[in-house]
Amino acid sequence: MSASGSRVVAVMGKELAEFRRNRLIVASTAFLPVMFLASPTVSILLIKASAPSTVLDQRVEASLFIPLLIPVLVPALLSAYSVVGEREQGTLEPVLTTPVSRAELLLGKAAAIFLPAVAIAYLMFGVFVAITQVAARPAVARAVWHAPQLPAALVFIPLLAAWAIWVGLAISARVSDTRVAQQLSVLGSLPPIALTALVSFHLISPTFGLAAALAGALLAVDGIACLAVARLFDRERLVIGRSH
Amino acid sequence: MATRARADTGSAVKATPAGVAPPAAVAEAGGPAEVGTTAGPAAIEVSHLSKTFGDRMAVDDVSFSVARGEVFGFLGPNGAGKTTTVRILGTLISATAGSATVAGIAVGPAGAARIRQRISVMPESPGLYLRLTVTENLEYFARLYGLPGRAARIREALAAVGLSDRAHVLAGGLSKGLRQRVALARTLLNDPAVMFLDEPTSGLDPVAAHEVHDLITTLRDRGVTIFLTTHRLEEAERLCDRVAIMNTSLRTIGRPAELRQRLFARSLDVTTAAPMAEPDRVFGGLPGVRGWQPGGPADGGRAGYALSVSSVAQAAPAVTRALVAAGADVLSIAESRHTLEDVYLKLVGEHGERSR
Repeated sequence: MSASGSRVVAVMGKELAEFRRNRLIVASTAFLPVMFLASPTVSILLIKASAPSTVLDQRVEASLFIPLLIPVLVPALLSAYSVVGEREQGTLEPVLTTPVSRAELLLGKAAAIFLPAVAIAYLMFGVFVAITQVAARPAVARAVWHAPQLPAALVFIPLLAAWAIWVGLAISARVSDTRVAQQLSVLGSLPPIALTALVSFHLISPTFGLAAALAGALLAVDGIACLAVARLFDRERLVIGRSH
Repeated sequence: MATRARADTGSAVKATPAGVAPPAAVAEAGGPAEVGTTAGPAAIEVSHLSKTFGDRMAVDDVSFSVARGEVFGFLGPNGAGKTTTVRILGTLISATAGSATVAGIAVGPAGAARIRQRISVMPESPGLYLRLTVTENLEYFARLYGLPGRAARIREALAAVGLSDRAHVLAGGLSKGLRQRVALARTLLNDPAVMFLDEPTSGLDPVAAHEVHDLITTLRDRGVTIFLTTHRLEEAERLCDRVAIMNTSLRTIGRPAELRQRLFARSLDVTTAAPMAEPDRVFGGLPGVRGWQPGGPADGGRAGYALSVSSVAQAAPAVTRALVAAGADVLSIAESRHTLEDVYLKLVGEHGERSR
């Protein structure tokens, strides 16, 4: 896949401009992170000083897991619309008649979703940690600050977002209905989050080695998914709804 | 760009009567279409092109060529394969069989990116981003083409379609006709060697349609090859150097005037205030007149006669003198004018009859 940076930036800029001006997208993109921030924050703040350490640990683990849904669900919904939505609007065909390559188009679309999704996820994590450090009981604040999930989240947020984006784009490039694309995309983005949940809740024993291996595996899968999506992105199928 | 000389001097061949394609062979309705020939280097060459979708034949063994600087009309009923042909030439879909070149580059995966750089395609739907302004829409495409001097190009393109004052209006706030003009401006951005225009005046009011016609004429004068798909036959007749009529296979190709001559015999339409007693005696033996039959208006006691003639210039004076000598009250004598629409209906209609 060869790509011109300026075309990738052009596609990304157009996508971001469209996102900004679509109130529904802005509202839905804002609602999910706020919900995933409010729930664990309230849960943490309500922990009593007398709570046993096992309860404290469980609450902290759950609280740090929930915001990981942000980089999965937000990109899944946006990327699912990205290609099939353009086709429904009739804007895809003119774009496909320009010299833009499929790699440039896909990378631009992916970047336009990846950057805000990851930024929002980091921001929500930052806000969550800041609130707990300011308002939670000292023991709870210490538990959050020293939780191993916190640095792990920094690594997994972009990896999970990338997975959700490639799954969403792949589905969006192959189906002809936006609603179907969004439903399939959310389902398709769940496997890595399920694995992360198993680790977060100690159903799989969390170790640094396991986390590193998972991160490495997810990185490799993201790379392969990027190439696979580029192959799925067939101009003829996109224009006429089926391949030759 | 309408107001800019193209950098590619190799393709900037100004269209002149000599530079435009010579008469092309006209296929008999129902018979195999012959290749339309062109003088000089061709902007588009299509050879035995076919495309099937599953069991359905969308384009069947189509061959033609379009000269540089030519306005080429591509006509046919819905589902005739026009859009499929344009999509193949625009490198959006692949042909099942046959070959083609566009701007001298073979259509196929190897040359697709180079072809896209040198063509522009305006689909039937304007395909604008409704939440972006007119300028933002054009800026996006200018960047996809990797064009330098984007601001100036956008200004010129908008000026060419008369939309300079709408540059910063959201595309979603424009009427259908204005969106169509923005889409047309988009096709001008990259100074294309070949433009594919699908119904460019669809949804436009007569004044705006006239402006688009003028723009197409200007582009042709600047050497741009225009492949015009339209249902407006009067538009094709007015603008196109040659037209092809398509109905899965190519039905005919040629200059509009040639098609009329090939398909319709020359005739004179005579109208008299009352039926003549002996028209055979009046029209028989006149120079240039081959025969006659009743025709034309016959209402209000009037009578019409359609005369098949070999030469209008020879027959018309003789017919006039004969009518006067016979004491007929002549209301009109006129050469019968067949339009491109008549040609179209004759070809497409006959094909439809056979298909049923």
